[in-house]
Amino acid sequence: MPVEVLILLISVFVLAIFVGFEVITKIPPTLHTPLMSGSNAISGITIVGALTAAGSDWGTLSVVLGVVAVTFATTNVVGGFMVTHRMLSMFRKS
Amino acid sequence: MSESIIRIAYLVAAVLFIFGLKGLTHPKTAVRGNLMGATGMLIAVVAVLVSREIVSYGQLAIGLGAGVVLGSLLAVKIQMTAMPQLVAVFNGFGGIASALVAAASYESIRGGTPFVEVLAADPSDTLAATTSVSVAAAGLVGAVTFTGSLVAFSKLQELIKGKPRWVPSGRVVNGALLAAAVALAVIMVVNPSTTVFWAMIAVAAALGLSLVLPIGGADMPVVIALLNSYSGLAAAAAGFVLQNTALIISGSLVGSSGLILTMIMCKAMNRSLANVLFGGVGGGAKVEGPSADEVYAGKIKSTSSEEVGMMLESASRVVIVPGYGMAVAQAQHAVRDLMNLLQERGTEVEFAIHPVAGRMPGHMNVLLAESDVPYDHLKEMEVANPTFPQTDVAIVIGANDVVNPDAREVPDSPIAGMPIIEVDKARTVVVIKRSLSPGFAGVPNPLFAADNTMMLFGHGKEAILDIVGALKED
Repeated sequence: MPVEVLILLISVFVLAIFVGFEVITKIPPTLHTPLMSGSNAISGITIVGALTAAGSDWGTLSVVLGVVAVTFATTNVVGGFMVTHRMLSMFRKS
Repeated sequence: MSESIIRIAYLVAAVLFIFGLKGLTHPKTAVRGNLMGATGMLIAVVAVLVSREIVSYGQLAIGLGAGVVLGSLLAVKIQMTAMPQLVAVFNGFGGIASALVAAASYESIRGGTPFVEVLAADPSDTLAATTSVSVAAAGLVGAVTFTGSLVAFSKLQELIKGKPRWVPSGRVVNGALLAAAVALAVIMVVNPSTTVFWAMIAVAAALGLSLVLPIGGADMPVVIALLNSYSGLAAAAAGFVLQNTALIISGSLVGSSGLILTMIMCKAMNRSLANVLFGGVGGGAKVEGPSADEVYAGKIKSTSSEEVGMMLESASRVVIVPGYGMAVAQAQHAVRDLMNLLQERGTEVEFAIHPVAGRMPGHMNVLLAESDVPYDHLKEMEVANPTFPQTDVAIVIGANDVVNPDAREVPDSPIAGMPIIEVDKARTVVVIKRSLSPGFAGVPNPLFAADNTMMLFGHGKEAILDIVGALKED
């Protein structure tokens, strides 16, 4: 990994943390449970890495590890977004 | 498809995640926000599927299919009371997936040469080390998240006794395991080796167990929030391994989200994170102070549902303070009926919710929303507290430590300084409880003995239904 790339990635990481703090501090406590399940689903983005590994030509072991990772990550993503939707649909105003 | 288009697709996905989280700032926009997040995820997945990095698809279908079935089954079947367990499991799954991605990358054979040899054989490229560091970080954090989350799940599901199993050497064990994991990580960075990597994973897995096992049930909201943060950081670390900005951005968003929630929870319990993680209230510390007998003797006034019904009849403002006990008694629907009945009679009814009521942040709100209590009736502690002097009746159901005035008044109480819901300032307080048993903090609650407090002993749901019945009778 060239130095420039590394620095770029670190910049993205640091800036995204700031964006995260800005956005998330504004979320009201009443929605904290959906926030956890929803952000949890977003952390399932690792599915992208899992798919890359599982569909690669990196050798049998890597592909197997990748397929297991895809299963976990997909469960996380699909279940996370669905259950968040289910919860949010219940919130109504009087 | 060209690499640039795929990178742009990742950027679009990241932007959708940010807008999605922004949508969660209000219940009205939250559903749309969540759908935006899901759309972002779909875009990212499609982008990687059409990229040149994928050379064969057959095995992908297995993993994707299994995940879709399992994920949707869990999401549809889960009871709202069990939401903390589900989030714990999902945190763990995210963590292990990131660790496995790092492992797959580290174990890979690229162009006939094992990746570790590529890393080792290139002393000129000192930044081969950064790849190793990322692999180690994703593996370590991912494995800790996985086993830690499994323990948290087992505790919430009550498969493991919820109370702390205080091992005197807990801190020493944790420190030793962490040092060993870091040492192995350093070794694999200096001298790339898959054996060392797996040894580190094993140590990290053990660390996850030893970190969460001693933590009590009352502290689970903090632990889940922290593990939520870890699952994001593991994804971000995996992003560094694969040089993928989508993973880095999303991972850091979740990392900061979990951290903010962790800090909110700690503040609501007036404790430091270190104190939660390494013992404290309920963690075996001897509780000093007056015994329950001294606090309660001769001062407890017991009441009946008929009497409570009569008080509510003449009340113009009622505040209900729910705790996890309400969920255990499945009383939330009965509480909703009581609210509706009182509102029909022209009584103002609100709910005051402590940040750590329930087993995870916001848990009470979800349970009440499920019971059709409108969200604008759910008030945060800071908003509700100033209204208690104008409140005729405060009904506490299934909550204890979060309404204990000692937190405010007794400086050497184990819960001193913890922000509480100030029900004791209401004209009359009705506490619905099975007995005078203490809450998680293990201390007696002088609220129960206060002049303006009436105890309604009984099962939460039945007690509320009896009150509803008494109100309806006349």
